[in-house]
Amino acid sequence: MKILVPVKRVIDANIRVRVKPDQTGVETANVKMAMNPFCEIAVEQALRLKEAGHAEEVIIVSAGPEKCQETIRTGLAMGADRGVHINTETTLEPLAIAKMIKAVAEKESADLVILGKQAIDDDNNQTGQMLAAIMQRPLGSYISKIEKNHDGFAITREIDAGLEKLQITSPAVVTTDLRLNEPRYASLPNIMKAKKKPIDIVTPEQLGVDISNRIEVLQVTEPPTRDAGVMVSSAAELVDKLKNEAKVI
Amino acid sequence: MTYTAPTRDLLFSTVHLADLEGVAALPGNADATADLVEAILREAAKIGEEILAPINRSGDINGVKLVDGQVQTAAGWKEAYATFIEGGWNGLPFSPDRGGQGLPWLVATAIQEIWHASNMAFSLCTLLTQGAIKAIELHGSDQQKDTFMNNMISGIWSGTMNLTEADAGSDLAAVKTRAIADGDHYLISGQKIFITYGDHDLTENIIHLVLARLPDAPAGVKGISLFIVPKFLPDENGKWTVRNDIETISLEHKLGIHGSPTATLAYGSGKYRSDKNQKKTGAIGYLVGQENHGMSYMFTMMNVARLAVGIEGNGVADRAYQQSVRFANERVQGTAIENPKGARVTIVNHPDIKRMLMLQKCRIEALRSLGLVLGASFDKSLKHPDQEVRTFNQAMVEILTPIAKGYMTEMGLENVSIALQVHGGMGFIEQTGVAQHYRDQRITPIYEGTNGIQALDLVGRKLLRDQGDMARAVIEHIGKEMETVHHTTLSSMRAQVTEGLNAVEQSMNTILKMASGDTAGVDMKQAAAIADPYLRLWGTVMCGWQLAKAASVAMDFIDLDDGGDPFYRAKIETAKFYFAYEMPKVAYHQAVIKQSANCIANLDTAIFETLQ
Ligand SMILES: Cc1cc2nc3c(=O)[nH]c(=O)nc-3n(C[C@H](O)[C@H](O)[C@H](O)COP(=O)(O)OP(=O)(O)OC[C@H]3O[C@@H](n4cnc5c(N)ncnc54)[C@H](O)[C@@H]3O)c2cc1C
Repeated sequence: MKILVPVKRVIDANIRVRVKPDQTGVETANVKMAMNPFCEIAVEQALRLKEAGHAEEVIIVSAGPEKCQETIRTGLAMGADRGVHINTETTLEPLAIAKMIKAVAEKESADLVILGKQAIDDDNNQTGQMLAAIMQRPLGSYISKIEKNHDGFAITREIDAGLEKLQITSPAVVTTDLRLNEPRYASLPNIMKAKKKPIDIVTPEQLGVDISNRIEVLQVTEPPTRDAGVMVSSAAELVDKLKNEAKVI
Repeated sequence: MTYTAPTRDLLFSTVHLADLEGVAALPGNADATADLVEAILREAAKIGEEILAPINRSGDINGVKLVDGQVQTAAGWKEAYATFIEGGWNGLPFSPDRGGQGLPWLVATAIQEIWHASNMAFSLCTLLTQGAIKAIELHGSDQQKDTFMNNMISGIWSGTMNLTEADAGSDLAAVKTRAIADGDHYLISGQKIFITYGDHDLTENIIHLVLARLPDAPAGVKGISLFIVPKFLPDENGKWTVRNDIETISLEHKLGIHGSPTATLAYGSGKYRSDKNQKKTGAIGYLVGQENHGMSYMFTMMNVARLAVGIEGNGVADRAYQQSVRFANERVQGTAIENPKGARVTIVNHPDIKRMLMLQKCRIEALRSLGLVLGASFDKSLKHPDQEVRTFNQAMVEILTPIAKGYMTEMGLENVSIALQVHGGMGFIEQTGVAQHYRDQRITPIYEGTNGIQALDLVGRKLLRDQGDMARAVIEHIGKEMETVHHTTLSSMRAQVTEGLNAVEQSMNTILKMASGDTAGVDMKQAAAIADPYLRLWGTVMCGWQLAKAASVAMDFIDLDDGGDPFYRAKIETAKFYFAYEMPKVAYHQAVIKQSANCIANLDTAIFETLQ
């Protein structure tokens, strides 16, 4: 089995994100970037499936500017075999990304695509679902467990009501939730080996995908700051305020 | 008490100030490109921030315990050590033939800061192992290398350095531990004190490197030999399970680094008399190199260890600095001095707090890159194809080592005190956490040769021995480097460094003259009396050199792009502050060197006879 893991380069989770002065987006220049944490979980799961003997190859794919290759290398340093970089400077929307991943998945005849359920920059939570739809493959979203069996994959999904256990057939698309695993640290020897692993570079045109944007961003603003709270001296005072000031009860 | 590894600054200094490109061009170093170093720094940062930093406090509070003769480390330490060695980090600078990664010392130096800053007490174990590996690599027999190095490089075994005895600290000539030849090995007996990680439960075996004296050895340092003495010896099947006759007598209660065991070890006490040496007393040890050459072997590996302690001193100071920055951004107290009726402000707005933060920042960054420059000089002194370049870099190593150890730890000490001061009363409260850094850092000016000994090394071995040749080569090099600081706005920095170099040269001449007995009635005593300010003068000028260079590189970047990167603008502000606030110490140190020798050297110790 071949596993394809799409990963996204995002602002490091520990960095305080700032809105650009012209309100067209968030500031990414000179900001520390890293692999999206949900994508790390996806890479880890692919590697575990490979280590358990279920997969022969783990391929990392990322779309975006040249710097994405660093993010691909992060996955290679964790232990993935090779990378595909879809090189573009255009801002990408989930549908365009899903189409490009489809093209790569078909070219590589990937049996399983593991994605993060969402990226921490835009929190869209769309790419995996779109990918499964346009590839017409079974989808297991928000998984916290996956096991290979002869019919495909036994998965556990995290849903509002609790845990849902399903069997899906192969080939499939799954998206990872937080509890699926804890990603490993790359070892020093693997970081050094990653440097020599191959990364294919392709363009959206070569993949035959139209990536023009369909959504127009009007304005990006900071969330409103919250006013300081007030201390109430008794439950009675609280009830009174809720009734008469806030008028919510 | 989070720690943020300064990966960007480490990368900046490694690439732009410590000549990564030149180091990568050396034979066998082709892998060490900037993008690889960045990837390594980032993963090391994760381990430091997520694995080592979080157990730093528990190590301080719970410390280490000696239970039934076995030292136990604090909760969580074994797991952290396992993660560390499984990641292959222990072998970073060592030969790939023995399982290492063969990366240059420059890279090792950069990564080490993250280990020491995130958890100094933990990382001492790996620091000592590194020193012991180096000693065996440079001076051990092939058989010894095959027997010990691979397991020490992987980290399955650790190493220690056993120099100190109750009567032999700075003065190792007084070492009394005995070694008696006994077939293919020696029997070691005596007591060593203050042995860092002398016993612990992180590794399967502990390889002690022990200084001892043979029965017929000449007195003094010329009669000291170096031995490999493992905690466990091989059984008949070659498994290292037989306890050697080394007893852990006690652990010290210390001011800081509570997580690091400091052991008193009794060799040949008879407690673990194995079958092998049932009738004779003494722990079984194997001679390294030749008899009576132990001290010179120690010295060849000392440079690496001294730089490592410098990095500890500065790294822990950076950790404390980070904490003081976070605190200053949160603590609200008082109003802005220019707007007394306005709202209360965070203390970071007060000029005196800004002063304290900048003072830490400029020293930390300057010393960081100075340590990296020394790391690069190690590499070039060992591997450069051109003999002349090797010789020059050896001079850099000789001069920079005592300065790196002495000045990095001394300034680190001042810095942790300032970091604590920024916290006000909370700084004095243990729960705040900055107090631990203050206590931990305090050992760095003491061990691995006290800073007093470093200053004497700089004056004695590094100046008087060759009448200043090496020192002049370094001065010339710095002068040349300053020519690359070409921006007109930085010309006053260039002038100040030039003045500083003149001051160093003049002070050198003063010392050479004193020691040569040219001036009536003065001798070595005078030179020794001003060794400390002489080291500080060098340190002050070298930090200026590094920060002026950093500002110049930053300006080049600002000219290139839109100038919007705050990192580069901060470099320039940092240099400006240093030259305004710290560089004037050049004149001060120079004056002290000129004026104080007499009132120290000829002082009658009778003044200390009565305390009244
Ligand atoms: C926590 C800790 C860990 C340690 N770990 C190790 C270890 O792993 N292995 C090991 O072998 N040792 C270790 N040591 C020992 C350490 O290296 C020594 O303590 C140090 O070298 C100083 O020696 P001393 O304590 O005997 O002090 P002394 O030599 O007695 O020095 C006392 C003072 O006199 C000064 N002084 C001494 N001689 C001179 C001189 N000739 N000229 C001018 N000034 C002088 C010193 O600078 C110092 O200020 C450790 C010590 C500590 C506290």
